[in-house]
Amino acid sequence: MRLKERPSWKELLPGCIIDEPGNSENYKTGDWKTLRPVVDKRKCIKCGTCWIFCPEYAYEEDEYGYFNPNYDYCKGCGICAVECPARCITMEREEE
Amino acid sequence: MRRVGIEVAVAIAEAAALAGVEVISAYPITPQTHIVEHLAELVANGELDAEFITVESEHTAMSAALGASLTGARAFTSTSSQGLALMNEIVYITSSMRAPVVMALANRALSAPISIWNDHSDVMNERDTGWISIFANNGQEAYDLTFMAFKIGEDPEVLLPVMVNFDGFILTHVIEPIWMFEKEEVEGFIPPYEPPYRLDPGRPVTMGPVGLPDVYTEVKKQQEEAIRGSRKVIDRVWREFEENFGRRYRAVEEYRAEDAEVVLLTQGSVTEAAQVVVDEMRGRGKRWGVVELRLWRPFPFGDLREVLCNGRVKCVVVLDRAISFGGPLGIVMSEVRSALYHEAERPMVVGVTAGLGGRDIRFEDYVRMFEVGEESYREGKEPEEVIIVGLRE
Repeated sequence: MRLKERPSWKELLPGCIIDEPGNSENYKTGDWKTLRPVVDKRKCIKCGTCWIFCPEYAYEEDEYGYFNPNYDYCKGCGICAVECPARCITMEREEE
Repeated sequence: MRRVGIEVAVAIAEAAALAGVEVISAYPITPQTHIVEHLAELVANGELDAEFITVESEHTAMSAALGASLTGARAFTSTSSQGLALMNEIVYITSSMRAPVVMALANRALSAPISIWNDHSDVMNERDTGWISIFANNGQEAYDLTFMAFKIGEDPEVLLPVMVNFDGFILTHVIEPIWMFEKEEVEGFIPPYEPPYRLDPGRPVTMGPVGLPDVYTEVKKQQEEAIRGSRKVIDRVWREFEENFGRRYRAVEEYRAEDAEVVLLTQGSVTEAAQVVVDEMRGRGKRWGVVELRLWRPFPFGDLREVLCNGRVKCVVVLDRAISFGGPLGIVMSEVRSALYHEAERPMVVGVTAGLGGRDIRFEDYVRMFEVGEESYREGKEPEEVIIVGLRE
């Protein structure tokens, strides 16, 4: 959204209160990353360590029990790749 | 209403209790201690139905008061000097989150060297934190203004914290005859606090979020408008108080200033001392007066111009009780000068500093201040520097 389309000071709630819980979901931070985690499902043991450690709660479990990063929110910190006991996550450079 | 001989600190605690405070979060510090001590006593004795949160520091005292206020509770804290300095981070956040906490501030000098005695360096250090800030010049005023502070801050048009200033020791530890209310007399004067949003699991909201560069400016503008707009509520509450209980409060108070050539501009307890000096010196043919800047924030620009720019006042001597080092020295002086800058018919503005770290300001010191004003006027020149009255060279 462009700057001039943001709310005016008259429209903000007092003290910058946000009265719509969970609307941070609308704020996609995925484009901050320079490296993206890529999961090799052949090595994955479905332990969920990545899901536990991810500071952005960007990992989601799929119907087969695998954990996949949601690139809309993953900031590319690489914690999952370091913590993965099966060494199945590699950090790959984002495309230019 | 009963007139009671009471220590002013205890009366201030009674004012908070009378206002129906629900959460008290404070840490003892001289010369404020008797305020929280008495409130703790009232709660422990079951005379006041409130939560008294004992904390490990003033930073937490302010934080807990803020949190309590955000849940919709009527919250109170009280401190002095180093305590306020330690609170600073949360002081700014409290006004920015629009939480109407009331703080009773027993003004005391900042260290170093360590001084437990009175001046205004603590409040001036917090000048730009966005709180409504009011000065009392005696115990009765401290009692009344603390009581009214809740009604002002919690007004839906305001939603801002209020700081009531009164001089440490000079007021806090003095026993004064104070007109005190019975609970029934003030029934309904302060309506229940109804915040538009509160911390409520049943209706979740986010308070104190990150404000990205695209919104921070607008939040600050809104806050500035709120404190500016609070002025009409302050006037309304003080007027309502006067109509109900007979005691009158104005943003700028005048004493024998209507025909004065030189006026001393004061804040706090020095006001009454200066009035005594004026009475005496009027008898010796001096046309001197006193103007008290009771309301510090929001700054009463219009009132001040009206009182000082009438063509009769030749010189206003501003008494600062704190120093802005390497700057204009006199903080209040520079604000007064700036407020009058655009006026065609403005008096000279001269700065004096006295009473730092609890030093007494004597009769002859006040006389000296007025004389500095007279001399400046005669010579047609505002001194470039603030004069520290009573300084040993």
